[in-house]
Amino acid sequence: MIQDYIVFVGVNIVLAWSVYVILLAGSLSFANGGFMAIGAYVSGVLTVKFGFPLVIAALISGIAAGLIGVLAGFPALRTRGIYLMLVTVGIAVSVKAVIESIDYVGGIQGFGGMVGTTPWHVVGLVVLVGGGLALLSRSPLQRILDAVREDELSAASLGINPIYVKLTCFGVGAFLAAVAGSFYAHYLIHVSPDQVLSVFIVLYAVLGGTNNMWGPPIGAAIMTLTPEFVRGLEAWRPTAFGVVILCLLLIRPDGLLAFRIATTRTKAVAGSKPKQST
Amino acid sequence: MDVYPQSILSVDGLSKSFRGLTALDQISLDVRRGEILGLMGPNGAGKSVFINVITGLYPADYGTVRFLGRDVTRLPSYALARLGIARTYQNIRLLRRMTVLENVLVAIKDHVNRPLRSLFTRNRVCFVRAATTLLEQFHLADKRDWLAGSLAYGEARRLEIARALAGKPSLLLLDEPAAGMNERETEELGDTIRASRKLLQAMVIVEHDVAMMRGLADRLVVMDAGHKIAEGKPGEVLAEPNVIEAYLGTDEADE
Repeated sequence: MIQDYIVFVGVNIVLAWSVYVILLAGSLSFANGGFMAIGAYVSGVLTVKFGFPLVIAALISGIAAGLIGVLAGFPALRTRGIYLMLVTVGIAVSVKAVIESIDYVGGIQGFGGMVGTTPWHVVGLVVLVGGGLALLSRSPLQRILDAVREDELSAASLGINPIYVKLTCFGVGAFLAAVAGSFYAHYLIHVSPDQVLSVFIVLYAVLGGTNNMWGPPIGAAIMTLTPEFVRGLEAWRPTAFGVVILCLLLIRPDGLLAFRIATTRTKAVAGSKPKQST
Repeated sequence: MDVYPQSILSVDGLSKSFRGLTALDQISLDVRRGEILGLMGPNGAGKSVFINVITGLYPADYGTVRFLGRDVTRLPSYALARLGIARTYQNIRLLRRMTVLENVLVAIKDHVNRPLRSLFTRNRVCFVRAATTLLEQFHLADKRDWLAGSLAYGEARRLEIARALAGKPSLLLLDEPAAGMNERETEELGDTIRASRKLLQAMVIVEHDVAMMRGLADRLVVMDAGHKIAEGKPGEVLAEPNVIEAYLGTDEADE
């Protein structure tokens, strides 16, 4: 049971981070469920049909999803705001439709036989990705991403190529979602297209707060564990879940951890107070 | 084609129209090494369009733009910025939810040119120091940890210029820097501009504050309805009858 918690929370944390990475450059992606599915299926085929070791298969599926992400992102990132969201929803739905139509991977029935994920795989992944994001949050690259998110026009007139930055984030986000998806699939043994396509991933990140790297994992943990803790009241589960989401939105509309951590901190200068956004 | 050896930016026959409305008609001009070129004209004369075409925001219909001898007509904004053309915007565009110091640091060339490599570099002390020195010159050092969005109007304008200079550009284009400023602020801005002059090879200022331009610009180009109608020393140009007519013929003459 505790194993389940670790794996599900860990996978969801990495998925939330995959949304966060894309959001760093200002694009909200609903496509990550699709990338997760690509990860689950590509790695599943590699391990079950070709005998690849799990970690290698997960990495290959991640690279495949990353490439698909960049290819799909190239036209998608020409749109902005609500249109971009719609395009990313479209990407997720197309992935599902394609998977369902391929008999080689079981079509609508789903695909089975994947084994091998231990909690250690997931914990290792969380530590690696978290470490990378911690490194990022203190590097000059964070500022470049923030600049693109804040104002693409300003960023461009400072020499930053916004398309390149956003595309790279999209590719990295797709990679992370796919790796998480492949570990998830190899824990569940059997996956169907429905199971790996979740809009909740975006909620994890948005509810946790997207201004710093600690928001998404907290959102993911709360959203994954809440349904478990209210299990006693079986019939009320969806209601309780909804109430938690509503409370979060009411109390912290920008997410639980909404503050942004500056990439540089200077010693306080007399007469100046560092101000932080909330 | 004759290219002035001394010219930083040379624009030849630049034209731009929007749905049949001509915003720029065959504009040719040179920005010479070491000078501040003032670009004047009543509202709707095409000054801002000119800046936006030069910096790659709008594609030019016809004509060429050469920067330090190189054809840069069709380059995107970020590529022009990397080559050394910096700009500010008429309506100030800061990264409002980032600190004052970050706004300047983000423009550091080493990082901007190789974004992925910058993941593995630190906030090097020399960069922070250089940025702080720049902020001191612009009287913003004591506010470096403030969010840029919380600055007063005049401060925000100074920060935008400081940020544009952080990338060590050769040419700086200021789009109506004094817009919305009172007299005292305009005067301070003039000092700021004079101070930043030595950090650059040339500067172009778009403005319709006549007094400010008289005091700052080495040369003036006057535009009206997309045409260049005068060019030369400020004193002479401002005395030309067609320039006076262009200004007095509109209601914006006093702005």
